[in-house]
Amino acid sequence: MRVPLSWLRDHVAEVPADAAAVGEAFVRVGLELEEIHGAPELTGPLTVGRVLEIEELTEFKKPIRYCQVDLGDGTRGIVCGARNFGEGDLVVVAQPGAVLPGPFPISARTTYGRTSNGMICSAKELGLGADHSGILVLPPGTAEPGTDALPLLGVDDPVVELAITPDRGYCFAVRGIARELAASLGEDYTDPARRVRVPEAEGPAWPIRVADEAACPRFVTRRVTGVDASAPTPWWMQRRLLAAGMRPISLTVDVTNFVMLDLGQPIHAYDATRLQGDIVVRRAEAGEKLRTLDDVERTLDPEDLVIADDSGAIGLAGVMGGASTEIPLDKTGSVDVVIEAAHFAPTVIARAARRHKLPSEASKRFERSVDPQLPPIAAEAVANLLVEHGGGRIEPGRTDVGAVPVLPPVRMALDLPDRTAGVTYARGATVARLAQVGCAVELETSGDGKAGSTTLVVATPPSWRPDLDLPAALVEEVLRLEGYETIPSTLPPAPAGRGLTPAQLRKRAVSRALAEAGHVEVEPFPFVGDAVWDALGLPEDDVRRRAVTVANPLDADRDRLATTLLPGLFETLVRNKARGFDDLALYTVSQVVLPHRNPVPMPDPGVDRRPSDSEIAMIKAALPAQPVHVGVVLAGDREPRGWWGSGRTAGWQDAIGAGRLVGAAAGVTLRVTKAELAPWHPGRCAALRVGEWVVGHAGELHPKVVEALGLPPRTCAMELDLDAIPLQDARPAPRVSPYPPVSVDVALVTDEAVPAAEVAAALTEGGGELLEEVRLFDVYTGAQVGEGNRSLAYALRFRASDRTLTNEEANAARDAAVALAAERVGAVLR
Amino acid sequence: MTENLLDAASLDAAVKAAVEAFDGAGDLDALAAAKPAHLGDKAPVLLARRSLGSLPGPERADAGKRVNAARQEVQAAFDSRREVLLAERDARVLAEESVDVTLPWDRRPRGARHPITQIAERIADVFVAMGYEVAEGPEVESSWLNFDALNFGKDHPARTMQDTFYLGSDQGTVLRTHTSPVQVRALLERELPVYVVCPGRTFRTDELDATHTPVFHQVEGLAVDKGITMAHLKGTLDAFARAMFGEESTTRLRPSFFPFTEPSAEVDVWFPEKRGGAGWVEWGGCGMVNPNVLRACGVDPEVYSGFAFGMGLERTLQFRNGLPDMRDMVEGDVRFSRAFGI
Repeated sequence: MRVPLSWLRDHVAEVPADAAAVGEAFVRVGLELEEIHGAPELTGPLTVGRVLEIEELTEFKKPIRYCQVDLGDGTRGIVCGARNFGEGDLVVVAQPGAVLPGPFPISARTTYGRTSNGMICSAKELGLGADHSGILVLPPGTAEPGTDALPLLGVDDPVVELAITPDRGYCFAVRGIARELAASLGEDYTDPARRVRVPEAEGPAWPIRVADEAACPRFVTRRVTGVDASAPTPWWMQRRLLAAGMRPISLTVDVTNFVMLDLGQPIHAYDATRLQGDIVVRRAEAGEKLRTLDDVERTLDPEDLVIADDSGAIGLAGVMGGASTEIPLDKTGSVDVVIEAAHFAPTVIARAARRHKLPSEASKRFERSVDPQLPPIAAEAVANLLVEHGGGRIEPGRTDVGAVPVLPPVRMALDLPDRTAGVTYARGATVARLAQVGCAVELETSGDGKAGSTTLVVATPPSWRPDLDLPAALVEEVLRLEGYETIPSTLPPAPAGRGLTPAQLRKRAVSRALAEAGHVEVEPFPFVGDAVWDALGLPEDDVRRRAVTVANPLDADRDRLATTLLPGLFETLVRNKARGFDDLALYTVSQVVLPHRNPVPMPDPGVDRRPSDSEIAMIKAALPAQPVHVGVVLAGDREPRGWWGSGRTAGWQDAIGAGRLVGAAAGVTLRVTKAELAPWHPGRCAALRVGEWVVGHAGELHPKVVEALGLPPRTCAMELDLDAIPLQDARPAPRVSPYPPVSVDVALVTDEAVPAAEVAAALTEGGGELLEEVRLFDVYTGAQVGEGNRSLAYALRFRASDRTLTNEEANAARDAAVALAAERVGAVLR
Repeated sequence: MTENLLDAASLDAAVKAAVEAFDGAGDLDALAAAKPAHLGDKAPVLLARRSLGSLPGPERADAGKRVNAARQEVQAAFDSRREVLLAERDARVLAEESVDVTLPWDRRPRGARHPITQIAERIADVFVAMGYEVAEGPEVESSWLNFDALNFGKDHPARTMQDTFYLGSDQGTVLRTHTSPVQVRALLERELPVYVVCPGRTFRTDELDATHTPVFHQVEGLAVDKGITMAHLKGTLDAFARAMFGEESTTRLRPSFFPFTEPSAEVDVWFPEKRGGAGWVEWGGCGMVNPNVLRACGVDPEVYSGFAFGMGLERTLQFRNGLPDMRDMVEGDVRFSRAFGI
């Protein structure tokens, strides 16, 4: 909402000249200041001129005009590219020496083969608003040619631009924001709606039938006949419209817009000669069509509320009028105008505007609720202005259909504002502030006035404040007008918190462990496209293909929510690679979204009470599973090369190592077994397990996946479900024996296919209590151990908890370990 | 001959010769080579000592003293020279072993946590220290929790203002547009009083550019207890601001509107390190929990009151750390996260 200070002065007794001070006054009471558009930097000579003669120059790419303009002291030739004016029109000429906002100095120059002695200006070029659709044509008789245009333009009138929150529909009008400003400044306020005299009428103005009274509680028409179709809009009104960001169009359109901006009531003007029969307010018929004022043919929805006549829909109620009944811009002679000022239900308009993606000045106001007492006042204001500036006469009839319910009073304990703010306000402040916003206030004492009785405020909100429906809303009015700066700063008594949960601590530990091990955390978006599943080589029935769809994605090719963290990590890896980084270790910790195989519908409980436990359970059941996953991706060197020598390429081992690191940070030793799962290399993929339960996978990627996604060769990855790892309780302390160990090495030959983990497991179990550690220190394949075999060399460390172990005891334990390995996996001592 | 060895002139000559020989030794090897001739069995002072026995008693004592003195002198000359040569050698070895300590040693790759993770933890720690607990919730959320329970009417303009990602065919499930549904979950699931802080990832349909991202993070705070006032809200925000931006920092409330709070306010924070000089920076929104929200969560607004506040983490990093472009947050360039360390 943009408003020039001069307009505010119409309704507020004293408005500071300093626009910044006005802005601050608005902010104090809760209107958000977007911008102050100060007076434009404009210096003359800026002169009113009359276009005497137009020569059309056609030899250029676009049509150009060479105009002879009377500037009072003589005629000048000026080149102009705009076409929205004719001979005899009054225009504003920036003469050589003038400086327009920019700064844009004007000088005489030769252009298009003519000498141009200045410039004919548009409103935007003069800093008077955003309109650059043509040059500014002043209404006839505004001033004589040669008049200094600067005072006429009123450029020393700053414009305040405010953002209006959705609860304050009444502030979409100068009437409303002036009331706020007056309250903030403590100045007197005059309600412009009260300045309009609404006379008694005789009969209806136009026959109306409202078929849906809930959607359209009130509909008012007034009729003005004989308005001069070519009457111009007075300059002062044009200037205000420009300042408010609107474009002057014609007297009828400008007057309806002006009254809407001033009072807040959207108004529509019909050409009475184009209306066919009674006006009906009804829901649209299925498939019904309407060409709106923006010249778009729209197919209506049966939910849409329309204004119709015998010809069908002539307007989308509260959103936009129809083309068939508008007053044609090229109309000559006189116009017979039917003025519509109605009240519509906010939700009906909000839905229609959303359905047709048509947020208009009208719908913006109606969906935030418009004062229902305004229609007859606004219609009268429009009629008066039309007659004042366009002649004609107001017909004696007025149609006023429907009734508007009065807002119910709100009862509140008198001290509720004090108790909410933690402030003791001055006596009478609450009542005074509520009266200031327009409430009718009474006091009521409950009980009999003895101890324990409370004083209640009974506030009946004004018609423009349907948002004042709760004691809390009244509290806000008192607090904001008294000023939030009066609220002190006090800490509430500290509760006894329990600190972070074990799951929260674990998530931190995992992230920190990965970072300390040289991985860099990234935060990719969770949006993926279906094509990625094929690139990952997932089988048709892979559960990860079952993803939640985003109904309104930003990118149609990424309309699914990730079921795995890998696609986002791969994309980030590729981006880093493209930026010149070859050695990469990235990780992310994030929720993935796993929809249920058979989704259940989402319940929609009311809000007047707590949902039942079963409703809460149903909401949770209807949401997809969203476990926290940890993903790692590795490429290039895991240990960098440097002046010390070569680096070490990241391999499947590092991916599995990252998984085991996560496990260790989470307090478990993950068991590694061989696995086959896309997108991993079938021979280089491990399952990460807690006991038998698979919590994730790691290894080198399948070469086809690497190729399909453009990843660096031999990229490796790990992903696990952190939530699938059981939280570890307090871990038992180990028995640390002070006695010396006995170390024994064994080399065992097994079939190549036997996993090392199984050999180690057999040794560990066979070695019994004395075996403290099993460490693999060499793997050998070759002629010495035979084709298809390999040798695994282990260092075994034995130790007793209560004595110095003898070599004999250690050897016996070693023999037992080797024997079990022989039995389990056919290992032979080398 | 014996006389000669023991007389003072001979001893002096022997000492002089020894001192010259030792002092002339250029290194420890040369010193060792010179040692036998002056301190060995055949050295003049040793031979003189051996010949003492042939002297008569009174003379012997006298000559013995001279011989011992001479021998000690030779030994001292040796020892002092050895000490000098040892020190020289040690110094040389240390000099030879010197290295270029400026050679880089980055054999372990440097990892980093994302700045969002770091600031979320920092904020959680600040509130945990004030007795709050950290509450979490899912990113795919029911519309009832994201909107209805928070007093967004079905057709309230505020609902469309939030630019929601809808999931599936109906509008019952959304990507949460704010962390506020976690407030509702906390009130539904926890015993009163509730003091929670909820950091988390949130979503709105904004195209990614230098100042917007469709995926961002918020932190939400909620306190519901008996007798909670807006002064408590102000006090908590001030404490939060001091923890994040230093002791000089404080907050300022401006009236505003949010469906789930009434009264509502925008929060500005006094940021001492603001570019171009200390000043106010828009930080977030807050207010007293709307009684409609309490009612929908089964909390009696006649007995309990509460406050809530929320801030954008990206926004906070943007002004606190001078972040120039929002895209850096989401693109995952390793240079970006590494700049913030672990």
